[in-house]
Amino acid sequence: MAELLRLEGVHTHIGQYHILQGVDLVVPEGELTMLLGRNGAGKTTTLRTIMGMWRASAGELGLAGTDLRPLATPDIARLGVGYVPENMGVFAALTVRENMLLAARDGAMDESRLEWIFSLFPALKKFWGLPAGNLSGGQKQMLSIARAMIEPRRLILIDEPSKGLAPAIVDALIEAMRELKRTATTILMVEQNFRMAQALGDGVAVMDDGRVVHAGRMAELAADPALQARLLGLSLGAHQ
Amino acid sequence: MTDQTSDASIPSPPLADRLKAQAPYWTVPGLAVLGLVLIADASTWGTLTLAGLAMGMLIFIMASGLTLVFGLMDVLNFGHGAFISIGAFVGATVLLALTGWTGADSLALNLGAVLLAIVAAMLATGGLGWFFERVIIKPVYGAHLKQILVTMGGLIVAEELIHLFWGPNQIPLPRPEMLKGSWVAGGVIVEKYRVLAVVLGAAIFIGLRWSLVHTRLGLLIRAGVENGEMVEALGYRVRRLFVLVFVAGSALAGLGGVMWGLYDEIITAQMGLNILVLVFIVVIIGGLGSVEGCFIGALLVGLMANYTGFLAPKVALGSNILLMVVILMWRPRGLLPAGKG
Repeated sequence: MAELLRLEGVHTHIGQYHILQGVDLVVPEGELTMLLGRNGAGKTTTLRTIMGMWRASAGELGLAGTDLRPLATPDIARLGVGYVPENMGVFAALTVRENMLLAARDGAMDESRLEWIFSLFPALKKFWGLPAGNLSGGQKQMLSIARAMIEPRRLILIDEPSKGLAPAIVDALIEAMRELKRTATTILMVEQNFRMAQALGDGVAVMDDGRVVHAGRMAELAADPALQARLLGLSLGAHQ
Repeated sequence: MTDQTSDASIPSPPLADRLKAQAPYWTVPGLAVLGLVLIADASTWGTLTLAGLAMGMLIFIMASGLTLVFGLMDVLNFGHGAFISIGAFVGATVLLALTGWTGADSLALNLGAVLLAIVAAMLATGGLGWFFERVIIKPVYGAHLKQILVTMGGLIVAEELIHLFWGPNQIPLPRPEMLKGSWVAGGVIVEKYRVLAVVLGAAIFIGLRWSLVHTRLGLLIRAGVENGEMVEALGYRVRRLFVLVFVAGSALAGLGGVMWGLYDEIITAQMGLNILVLVFIVVIIGGLGSVEGCFIGALLVGLMANYTGFLAPKVALGSNILLMVVILMWRPRGLLPAGKG
């Protein structure tokens, strides 16, 4: 499988803190790559560095041959990168419709794509004209993911979609993400919920202390409890 | 998706919460009724209320740009006062050159002269706003203390430039012929110029609100005020949007300057700084970043100043500070704060 995104020796400093300390990561085209690791390992910072929200202080950062390092966040988004942040980034004062309208950058939403999204997330259709601030946590997460889906994207970065959601809603999210995977969209997803990671991941990278310490196939990691215990430690059991 | 999520409906909030959310909209009628009770004379109250609304509308025109500038980029711009003064001086220059039009007994010619003065002032302050943003604001994004110092400095430089170009003296600015005087209806004195101010202010409020709600640019501004980083992640250049808002806000300050100059019938280089205090009070009362809140705040300040000026002239000097204290004790983030949490 051709590689779409490549990070080589990426370092990121936030103020005086040295967060990413040489991240090497390859995201193959058309796959869902899971980024796992304990809190503070640098997963969110990796996504934010790819998006240009934090600047990489050293290393290579390329999307299909385009160097991302000199680009500003809007220009990276315009290359076809969708971003679903950890806090969901939903505009609470705007209606669900307006949130979606902004995500469709050319100003018009594709009807058939919208119908597809409604079939995955019926709640969005139901609350179409209401301020997004009125939605529940799960519904906000759906809106945030739907924004990334309203246009075809080359790469979608999703930061811990299951965070704080009830198990039934996580199941629903897994179903929706499976549907998104059928479109062969390339996805890089940060997750702490191993059940979700196991259900969706093709490839996996595990981070610790600002580096990727393991990269391989998700199925292999899922089948190897000893490796899981070594890489993810006790936190794994707590999330299952 | 499972039933659990699709059926999760949004319950209608309890009545108390709904009333609480509506409360800011009732402050203006509330203050007006309180004024009527305390003044106890309908015609005096009518005169003062109209004067208060006119003053409020003018403050709103000047404050609306500032609240968006703060909401969108967290920029504290004390230089806003400079645009008010410069707008007034440019407008006055046009009006004093058009004495043939302003002195004529024709409403059309009078309004034409005011309109020309407004257009000239807005062009000058809009252009100056662009320059100000590029040269003074751009290097200090994200640093509030530096913003205060550097924009204060810009304000002082602008005041001195006014002295240089227009001389050190204040300039009397008579209103055009047909806008002088007043009508009396049922004991209520209706100053003609105040009617113009109310109409213009209301038109600007409606226009601004309409473009914020119904245009794509407005959508981007509202989203940017709430979460600029996410707007960028969706592929929009928030910086460019900000320059546009800054220029528009500066032009509105210039427009407000002309109108305020005609309201006071005298202009000085310091007028911008004096009004800026009111403008900041209004922006804070309204909730940073909110055009609606700013509108309500401006009307409250206008009414309060006029009512207390009549009831207790000594209190009037501090009445707006008092208003701000009361509102912030009730709602620490202002009446209708924009999304930023």
